[in-house]
Amino acid sequence: MADYSWPEADRRGQIGRRPARLDGPVKSTGFARYPSDQNPPGLLAAKILTCPHAHARVVRIDTSAAEAIPGVRVVHVIQGEGSEIQWAGDEVAAVAADTEDIARDALRALQVEYEVLPHFVTEKHRDRAPAAQPGSERTDGDPDAAFASAHRTVEQTLGMPQMAHMCLEPHGQVAAWDGDELEVHASTQAVSTLAGQFASELGIPATQVRIRTEYMGGGFGSKFSPDRWGIVGAELAREAGAPVKLFLDRDQEVSVAGSRPSAFARVRVAADEQGKLVAWDSDSWGSGGLPGASQTPLPYVFSRLPNRRLRHTSVPTNLAGSRAWRAPNHPQACFLTMASLDDLANELDLDPIEFLDRNLEFTGRADVYREELGIAAGMAEWKERWQPRKRSRDSALQRGLGVSIHTWGGRGHASNCDVTVHPDGAVEARLGSQDIGTGTRTIVAQVLAETFGLELPQVRVSLGDNRFPQSGPSGGSSTVGGVCASTRRAAQDALREVLTRVAPRLEADPEQLTAAGGRVFVEGEPSRSMSWTEAASRIGGAPVSAQGRNPGPGRLISSGVGGVQIAEVEVDMETGVVQVKRMIAVQDCGLIVNRRLAESQVYGGLIMGVGYALFEEWIPDPVTGRLLNADMEFYKLAGLLDVGSLEVHMMTGPGYDERGVIGLGEPPVISPGAAISNAVANAIGVRVPWLPLTPDRVLDALAGRGGIA
Amino acid sequence: MNGAVRRLEVEPRVTLLDGLRDVLDTTGPKKVCDRGACGACTVLEDGQPIYACSRLLIESAGRSITTVEGLGSPEAMHEVQRAFVENDAQQCGYCTPGFVVATAALLARNPAPGEEEIEAGLGGNFCRCGTYMGIRAVVAGPGQAGGDGGGNVGG
Amino acid sequence: MRPFSYAAPATVEQAVSLLEVEGSEVLAGGTDLLSLLKDDVEQVERLVALRGIEDLSGIDASGGRLRIGSMTTLQELRDHAAAMAAVPALGFAIDGVASAQLRAMGTVGGDLLQRPRCWYYRRGFGLLALGPDGRSMVEAGDNRYHAIFPEGDARFVSPSSLAPLLVALGAEATVHGPDGERRVPVEALYRTPRAEGERENTLGPGELLVEVTASVGAARSAVYEIRQRRSLDWPLMAAAVSLYGELPLVDRARIVLGHAAPTPWLAAAAGDLLAGRELTPEQIVEAAEAAVEGARPMSGNRYKMQLAAVAVRRALLRAAGMEA
Repeated sequence: MADYSWPEADRRGQIGRRPARLDGPVKSTGFARYPSDQNPPGLLAAKILTCPHAHARVVRIDTSAAEAIPGVRVVHVIQGEGSEIQWAGDEVAAVAADTEDIARDALRALQVEYEVLPHFVTEKHRDRAPAAQPGSERTDGDPDAAFASAHRTVEQTLGMPQMAHMCLEPHGQVAAWDGDELEVHASTQAVSTLAGQFASELGIPATQVRIRTEYMGGGFGSKFSPDRWGIVGAELAREAGAPVKLFLDRDQEVSVAGSRPSAFARVRVAADEQGKLVAWDSDSWGSGGLPGASQTPLPYVFSRLPNRRLRHTSVPTNLAGSRAWRAPNHPQACFLTMASLDDLANELDLDPIEFLDRNLEFTGRADVYREELGIAAGMAEWKERWQPRKRSRDSALQRGLGVSIHTWGGRGHASNCDVTVHPDGAVEARLGSQDIGTGTRTIVAQVLAETFGLELPQVRVSLGDNRFPQSGPSGGSSTVGGVCASTRRAAQDALREVLTRVAPRLEADPEQLTAAGGRVFVEGEPSRSMSWTEAASRIGGAPVSAQGRNPGPGRLISSGVGGVQIAEVEVDMETGVVQVKRMIAVQDCGLIVNRRLAESQVYGGLIMGVGYALFEEWIPDPVTGRLLNADMEFYKLAGLLDVGSLEVHMMTGPGYDERGVIGLGEPPVISPGAAISNAVANAIGVRVPWLPLTPDRVLDALAGRGGIA
Repeated sequence: MNGAVRRLEVEPRVTLLDGLRDVLDTTGPKKVCDRGACGACTVLEDGQPIYACSRLLIESAGRSITTVEGLGSPEAMHEVQRAFVENDAQQCGYCTPGFVVATAALLARNPAPGEEEIEAGLGGNFCRCGTYMGIRAVVAGPGQAGGDGGGNVGG
Repeated sequence: MRPFSYAAPATVEQAVSLLEVEGSEVLAGGTDLLSLLKDDVEQVERLVALRGIEDLSGIDASGGRLRIGSMTTLQELRDHAAAMAAVPALGFAIDGVASAQLRAMGTVGGDLLQRPRCWYYRRGFGLLALGPDGRSMVEAGDNRYHAIFPEGDARFVSPSSLAPLLVALGAEATVHGPDGERRVPVEALYRTPRAEGERENTLGPGELLVEVTASVGAARSAVYEIRQRRSLDWPLMAAAVSLYGELPLVDRARIVLGHAAPTPWLAAAAGDLLAGRELTPEQIVEAAEAAVEGARPMSGNRYKMQLAAVAVRRALLRAAGMEA
């Protein structure tokens, strides 16, 4: 059994370096063809008619006028007469036509009569929900006694609304049939699992479905399934006998293609005179649309806190079902917990970092958090600059600092990788994975180059095709661990085979040979060597290939990370406008494959975090049940200068590197909401109990109007 | 368009963006919001950055249109495109073509823009993955804070 | 978009005769109109494109007057040194449109006559957004961005970036129509629709905004916008002020709110309060409070009253050179 491991720090050629992402040039020049950019000959454009009502029954559909329009090829009823529609934006019919404009003409010509039914979309008002589902209560220890004898207790209601994934490339695909064979260019996070889902819905063998995703424009947890529009697109293409492009319009994308559940909670938390947590009580509720929403992990991170009582109510609404949003449930749990603890620290007259530090025993990774808190505090000059919450309003602009901590798993998913060494020395890895913007293509190339002692231009990575060995969907920060491990194992096996074949030529045992710096040589005797090209030329006429799997032997990956973030904000006390001035992120993720891409992930998490902390929310209309901001005008993403100065510190070196590779996509997006809310409380002297921290909410809190309206 | 004269006949209602993407197969400009609110479709019209989704193609007749593909190619990148690569100013890359064009327009106007000029020049482009640190480094130019000149540009 | 025909007249007269035909609509920069057509909120038979009419573009800032052609883009105006020197506040107003693309495409006329952003209007429920029961959907629904000075049934806000300042400056608009030319104060371009189907501007069939003119130099003007994002974002509230007289003595003052009412909202009482008196910080606070007197906020936009007072105060401080 081979020793599958990563090289020691002083022997790493690629791991931990900062190469630019390999697909950078094709992306920055517009030459990268995304699924939505595919224009095969004879392509038809498809559009979907959605229901404008949040709850309705389809009484009648008349497609004849639409079908009569020249250029309309297929009209397809998705939910016909008698169907009950449960959210605005749900699909009713689809049209494929020669052009997008004609398809839209056809949508307008479709006549649908609805019986409008009562709807509920404002889950913040749990008491008004027609179908709230209270869960069972769970109690650990004796919270009542602990609260009764506690030194300080805080109690308040906090919450954050639903928000959107807002992938810039909308959900959709180009579907083309060749006889009974279907090829789908899909904007997906799940190249290897999509085929089976298409196949079972379409009634064909999975072997006849090919999925291609060379590039894709963002998923964030919302693109794991073909979705109904995927199946409909394939059916339209089959019926029309032509390739069909079907991508959602922006309003559809925002309304139905991905949201994060809301989370509200009445939280009570208490500490003793030493500032140690003694009790937690939360009565939470939330909604992810029609399915409601499950309990978030409360109390977050401090999960070993004694004496807990948890109640949760799932509140279904007439909105499209939520999807896994980057670090599912964690940002919500983090906000509810860290804001409560921050208020308790304030009540105890304690520096919040000191307070967190005193309670780290209740977390799973006290040593890591302690080290990270120290580093983050140093970067922020916290000791010199932090002040207790301000009571005065001596000037319109007030600054504040806030802190939060978070955790995530990030173990590598199941992955298979074929590595091939060709007699000309070219090396290729093929795997049915996908690069969703994280840099998967680049890190796989680094692992290959590392293993064979080559430079990046000498290796090739092929992914984004389900004909390649099956590799897991990109979700939950599981990709980097999965693909690095499978690639490393395959590459080490392939290299061993090459070394075995060339060893006689160097009059050495294969175990004595090393590949590095573009050469193969006898360990300790660099003069007994040959170039990589020469070595490869001696493997025989056929390429050498090996398949690697994850999970598998060796210590290549791990899971479980902790992170600390500090936010500095400036609040205009008169307008309620909050500006994030600075964010500091200290994060571990085990062995870092590419420093630059790892930092980009953390920056990205911080920026998305500023977005949901300050700007982003679904705004469902109580009157119509429709989203009022299903656009990019009033659904506000953070812009280039809205996010302040961002600083990232990655935990590396002894104690971290030897844990192996751990995923990083989720962790940095968890804390910003809590850290920024805490910074605002520090700046203005009161808690704004809601996210996002919009001017109306800030001014309400300053005026003492914070409750549920 | 991109240095060549293109002749085509479309209905008046076809936008410049749809014409580029669907008729001319020029897919660098992306259709994201289709309402002039995100910047992903940015192209240059007579040197000015515009939202191609909010211009009728017929209105651009007789004018010069430059898309991101017209600025450079992977083999011969425009300096702004190269800076996007070197500063990792892209993740999924879907907003990138619009940002590249808007940045090229901003830097052509002002090679060393201050914060207000950056806000004015790039405030109409949005990214979802969060690549703003890289884009700021691009705008700041080589040697400025946030740059990543020491990196190894592979591939 | 539904199909439409397209006409590109070369002269104002040709444009007017084209616009007289029912179903015709002006196409200026297109940044608003195309969205309305895509969302099927408005329908047109024919677009009359003004881009080819040279007479409609251009800026003249001489002789104590500023003249801006209606098809002048916001960026052309921003880049016009003499215009910016004549009315520096125009620069602030234009910079509030934090998108190079919108400034390059959007025109002065288009800014003044763009349609409201009310999310009920934009979803096809009409400018007045009255439900089947005759009640205001805005009142019953989410009105966080709506008017604090509703008029009649209208609860949308006037979105123009330039109108508050031009009204504060006492600027005039030149309108060409079938009956020739008329010049009106900029505020007279606006009205509050009383019935669904009426528009919020006063242009009649075949009429066309040609230019705006203002006398400059007599007033010290400023604008102050409160936006949540520094990037492209609608103001939550905007104020424009013009102070006439030898400061600190104010002869008269014009204070106008944007994003507060269905039209640019002239806060006459606030202006009167400053007239004939010496400007002091206390007076400014008083005027700011007077500017929101009579406001009738709804369930979700009470905060905009405070924003209005703050915007007026900060605009006055800016105009008076008293900013902290």
